[in-house]
Amino acid sequence: MKLLTVNFLTCAVKTCKTSSESYPLHFRDAQLEQNPQTFNPLFIRNILSRLDWSALTTTANELGLTAMLPDHNPADDMMVDSEGATEEEKNRAKDNVISEEVLKKLHTFLVDTAVIEGKLVCGNCGFEYPIKEGVGNFLLPPHLV
Amino acid sequence: MAKQYPQDGPGTPPANTLLQSLHDLPRGPTGEILTNMLPTPDTSHVSFNTIYEPSEDSFLLLDTLSSTTEVTWLRKRFASKTPYLVEVGTGSGVVIAFLTANAEQVFGRPILSLGIDVNANACHATKETVRKATAEQTAGSLYLGSITGDLCSSLLPGSVDVLVFNPPYVPSEELPALPGLERKYRDKFEHDSHLLALTTDGGEEGMETTTRLFAQIPYLLSPSGVAYILLCAQNRPEAVKSWVAEDLPKGPWLSETVGSSGKKGGWEKLQIVRIWNEKAAGNG
Repeated sequence: MKLLTVNFLTCAVKTCKTSSESYPLHFRDAQLEQNPQTFNPLFIRNILSRLDWSALTTTANELGLTAMLPDHNPADDMMVDSEGATEEEKNRAKDNVISEEVLKKLHTFLVDTAVIEGKLVCGNCGFEYPIKEGVGNFLLPPHLV
Repeated sequence: MAKQYPQDGPGTPPANTLLQSLHDLPRGPTGEILTNMLPTPDTSHVSFNTIYEPSEDSFLLLDTLSSTTEVTWLRKRFASKTPYLVEVGTGSGVVIAFLTANAEQVFGRPILSLGIDVNANACHATKETVRKATAEQTAGSLYLGSITGDLCSSLLPGSVDVLVFNPPYVPSEELPALPGLERKYRDKFEHDSHLLALTTDGGEEGMETTTRLFAQIPYLLSPSGVAYILLCAQNRPEAVKSWVAEDLPKGPWLSETVGSSGKKGGWEKLQIVRIWNEKAAGNG
């Protein structure tokens, strides 16, 4: 399971859906694996806009991988509010390219890194979802359904 | 083992024959023979003791999603966004592997994909099917992995762009319990039979599981989201489509049959319904 998966998951317990504490789920005892894939800078650039940066930062911090992520989403630098922006600002945004170094780090974090064993824990109800051989189990026991 | 369709009269060809003929002659939604066939993922490593073997319904999904009409529609829909695709009930992984490996041809760009199955064996099988299918890729899509779960209960709301579901659609007297709720088995045979029943048995009208998924759709899909759901004739597809148009929350929702197979006496045995919303996407 790629680390990026956690950006798209939340607690399966119904009563947790409305709690901001249920996202992102928190890694515990995570065992990571590097599986290098071909670097595709365009793909990384294209998925940036759909990432929840604050959740991603939480995940990186928990895994001791804070250095892999810039402090804000580089895609934000590329966007200029068209109503308030001057010509100069728009041009600057257009010329703004995300450095190869940043994209490579993001590639390593998002694409190459997977979690193979461990748990994902809900910050609201505390339920622990086990991850075994890279597959997270989100089936709930009867009393939580 | 293929899903056994309820017998609708003598002379219904066995599913295996249908599978073979369909596989030889893939057709698009309007019956056109697809000329630029994309490779079908290899599932030779999968043990079908507890996992649904790719069958007519699985191949109908592959053919429909790679048909000229759907490819055109999807490319337009996701012209400026990398789609995040989720398949529920991946089984062997043949569908998600096909869509991940052939994303450039289908969506016009690489995708992010995630598989869900109630059976952990299916999740492991899917991982391997995707790995094999994407092994030759250099600038390909990102398969996030597979998780075990009950439909989409653990997915972040509003995130899914493309949802694909080949449900357990065969009408059955009982709906099998989820594996997490019924762990004690007399023997391996009972265990395997239970997991296999989960891949086919849909309870009343074959719709009990599909209805639960429909209830999640409005909260699950992104504004540009689209769902592809496979239905059989006994699911009463026309009634389902009217219900989607009139009663599915956060609508209005549009639905259209975009692929079908096994025409018999004017009835399509299987069809694939595309469900989407025009409010925010601004195209279609």
